[in-house]
Amino acid sequence: MMDIIVIPILALLAVTAVTVARIRNLWAAVMFTGIYSFLGASWMLILDAPDVAFTEAAVGAGITTILMLATLSLTPRSRRGDGRLSSKDFDEKPSKTPILPLLVVAITGCALVYGTFDMPYFGDAQAPIQLYPDPSFIEKSKLDMHGLPNVVTAVLASYRGYDTLGETAVIFTAGIAVLLILRKTTAADAAHDLAQEKAREAVS
Amino acid sequence: MNTFPIIRVITKILIPYILLFGLYVQFHGDFGPGGGFQAGVIFASALILYGLVFGLAELHKVAPPKVIEKMIALGLVIYAGTGLACVLLGGNFLDYNMLEHDFLIDLPSAIDFLPGDKPHHFLPHGQHLGIFLVEFGVGITVTAVMTMIFYAFAGREQVA
Repeated sequence: MMDIIVIPILALLAVTAVTVARIRNLWAAVMFTGIYSFLGASWMLILDAPDVAFTEAAVGAGITTILMLATLSLTPRSRRGDGRLSSKDFDEKPSKTPILPLLVVAITGCALVYGTFDMPYFGDAQAPIQLYPDPSFIEKSKLDMHGLPNVVTAVLASYRGYDTLGETAVIFTAGIAVLLILRKTTAADAAHDLAQEKAREAVS
Repeated sequence: MNTFPIIRVITKILIPYILLFGLYVQFHGDFGPGGGFQAGVIFASALILYGLVFGLAELHKVAPPKVIEKMIALGLVIYAGTGLACVLLGGNFLDYNMLEHDFLIDLPSAIDFLPGDKPHHFLPHGQHLGIFLVEFGVGITVTAVMTMIFYAFAGREQVA
């Protein structure tokens, strides 16, 4: 019964991935990456990982798409410069025949598929993920946390609180770095940029 | 800024629910799925949606960049401050058991109305309080970072 949902989602994921790779219109490509993230979120929900699904839907489908669209609005829309979507967006041939990259991708893909043969079966109770860390970790969390039922939160915020502090510091650092690079600090800066742009227009 | 009325009206209807969902994911994260990171992103997406539809100037009134950029650091300070509070109370860094407060256990008059024979706690336990505070810190930092990155992108003019 579950197959009715699972197979279409996986098929759509594959179709979307190929479309993103083939399409030449950047605006459409951004939209397809958003769709891909949303399908990914649905897939994670089926795998009983609502925490990850939340994040994927909000970050992948939501904010990343908006930031990429914001970037696109600052640059030319398609490789040819006009924003129109046409049949040519799919047909355009790449300038070189990419034999070497194809070979590298094929070999890497085969190696990865070969690697999956060693992996435990999906949902296997004896799989390492179910046995390490100690299962008692999960059993004792409710008592340790005075009845908080969410083991994921208990592990993230309490048992591994130090890790999460580090992660928050990473977000902080990344945010500061992006702001330092992208932000116009003063009105004088903005005026300087504007003047340069005017000068460039006058030349062209 | 978008002048299309359907989009403006629908956005105004949607935003309160997005914010409410963000708060739910934030403060219910210790019971259900969710937590500070997810809540922060959902909260920021509501702000960004408002900015996309009603314009950057309107969003600046709701979430002034000067305040938001300070919130980036504030969240981290709340997280690390919780850890330091545990140290000051005599435990290890981030040892939430130190935040335990025993003074409200066992109010005899309330026991009669509540089921069970265990002592009842009317404030969250140390672990619960600690998790609540650090998740709150994460939520603030993530909301602020996401909003500031949106400001950084949306505030620029087209180059080409």
